[in-house]
Amino acid sequence: MATEVDFRTRLQDWLPKLVLAPSFAVTLLFVYGFILFTVVLSFTGSKMLPRYDWVGFENYEKLFALPAWTTAITNIAIFATLYITICTAIGLMLAIFLDQKIRGEGVLRPIYLYPMALSFIVTGTAWKWFLDPGIGLEKIMHLWGWESFSFTWIKDGDMAIYTIVIAAVWQTSGFVMAMFLAGLRGIDNEILKAAQIDGASNWQLYRRIVIPLLRPAFLSAFVILSHLAIKSYDLVIALTGGGPGRATEMPATFMYSYTFTRNQMGIGASSAVIMLMTIAAIMVPYLYAELKEKKA
Amino acid sequence: MSAVTQDTAVSTGRVTRAFIYLVLILFALFYLLPLYVMGVNSLKPLEEITGGNMMALPSTWTLDPWRSAWSTAQIGVEPTGLKPYFLNSILMVVPAVAISTIVGALNGYVLTKWRFRGDTWVFGLMLFSCFIPFQIVLIPMAVVLGKLGLAGSVPGLILVHVVYGIGFTTLYFRNYYAAFPTELVRAAMIDGAGFFRIFWRILLPVSGPIAVVSVIWQFTNIWNDFLFGASFGGTSQPMTVALNNLVQSSTGVKEYNVHFAGAILAALPTLIVYIVAGRYFVRGLMAGSVKG
Repeated sequence: MATEVDFRTRLQDWLPKLVLAPSFAVTLLFVYGFILFTVVLSFTGSKMLPRYDWVGFENYEKLFALPAWTTAITNIAIFATLYITICTAIGLMLAIFLDQKIRGEGVLRPIYLYPMALSFIVTGTAWKWFLDPGIGLEKIMHLWGWESFSFTWIKDGDMAIYTIVIAAVWQTSGFVMAMFLAGLRGIDNEILKAAQIDGASNWQLYRRIVIPLLRPAFLSAFVILSHLAIKSYDLVIALTGGGPGRATEMPATFMYSYTFTRNQMGIGASSAVIMLMTIAAIMVPYLYAELKEKKA
Repeated sequence: MSAVTQDTAVSTGRVTRAFIYLVLILFALFYLLPLYVMGVNSLKPLEEITGGNMMALPSTWTLDPWRSAWSTAQIGVEPTGLKPYFLNSILMVVPAVAISTIVGALNGYVLTKWRFRGDTWVFGLMLFSCFIPFQIVLIPMAVVLGKLGLAGSVPGLILVHVVYGIGFTTLYFRNYYAAFPTELVRAAMIDGAGFFRIFWRILLPVSGPIAVVSVIWQFTNIWNDFLFGASFGGTSQPMTVALNNLVQSSTGVKEYNVHFAGAILAALPTLIVYIVAGRYFVRGLMAGSVKG
């Protein structure tokens, strides 16, 4: 009898860990084990298939000497900066405007939000043809009588990257709006009233009180947007295919083409490692702070 | 500007209000524009797009582009339409969402109600896995799926999506269960209820709102995934990959109307989910992330 009880209590002690164990094991293997594997590959001369001949930092030296990689990191810098800034600006503006007791908020909010339900492939397809000078915006303007209107960004190597910004902002800015709106609705109205009694104008109210109080929403938005920016692969593939030429190459498309179509697995792996390190530099401090805060 | 004290929190003049409405409506049009373009042009014969105005309503309404996109359009080398790929996506998404949500619920339960030394570390490691760029796992995943004999199959894709989805589902359920009173769980333990009994009788009945968030999140992400589908889909490619093949095909005339119909078909399941349950999703998501 005593041993049976003992066995049951011990089972109850172990059961929670047993339930969690498969997930943890899978994470260790498929995430951290795989990361390690890719890091190792980035130091080998792997071409089409993994090989294990150590070449030191050769792949990284080659990578940073490649013009295509330079294009990719220039593009991601332009894209991430504009995407994060514009999404945040539009999201914040729409949230503040929607918070002014707007009639029809219930209709407007879902309209702003629905793009986030779509895949980047669908978004890319829609904008690809809408921005195409032959059938889309440029032609529409010509037919409406604005003969001199010209909009050929998507075919122009210097400007194509900005069409990706337009489509990406279209897709996510509504989501950022929702984050800011949730933050705004959480602010205590009494603080605002007190400031107004002290004679603060609306502009001062937002600049001095509301926006500083939205700090957590700004941080969440920044983290989510920068993470989405670095991962952006589908949208580029659907919208420009990395072109014209290689003008809209990004690290994600670079990694894919070098690894799987050009059979330069070592260089592909090293580019993936650089991408991971960039994201880790943003995410690790954020997650660390989040977890520590919750513990307290 | 004279300082006028007001008794409402923020009030605005008539001109400012008109300006605010104008901006809000212009943005609504901006967000609706691509949907309008896709919808209108998917109902036109091709000549009306190439020879006419993309913004105009069809002068001859037709459902042929939809029929073609669904069952006869050329995808890659086969004239199968998007139908088989739509089925692939369904077969992949349903088990992957179900498994990752159930596993996430159990994980969240353990991590909040059966805490142990180092549980924050376990959670931290699982949480970071949500944010890795998937490029870092593509090569090893291709090798492992090949070894397991799952490359290019629906079960292979289910495995991939479950593995990289449980971080998020665990996060959702953990944050949700953290707010649930632990005293109730303690009381049940003293009464002799076991691990699964407590989960089944006490936690699960109140899990509705967060289960909705988890299911919508996973459904949207997995349905919309392109990278894994393109890398490991093989002959079982999902809808997104097929749509991209349809649109990018370089042979023959570009059938824009068929492309638009196909794009709407690919968007329809997530749009429906969003329209039916989107409100609960945003509410639940914000409760978890902004408070943070």
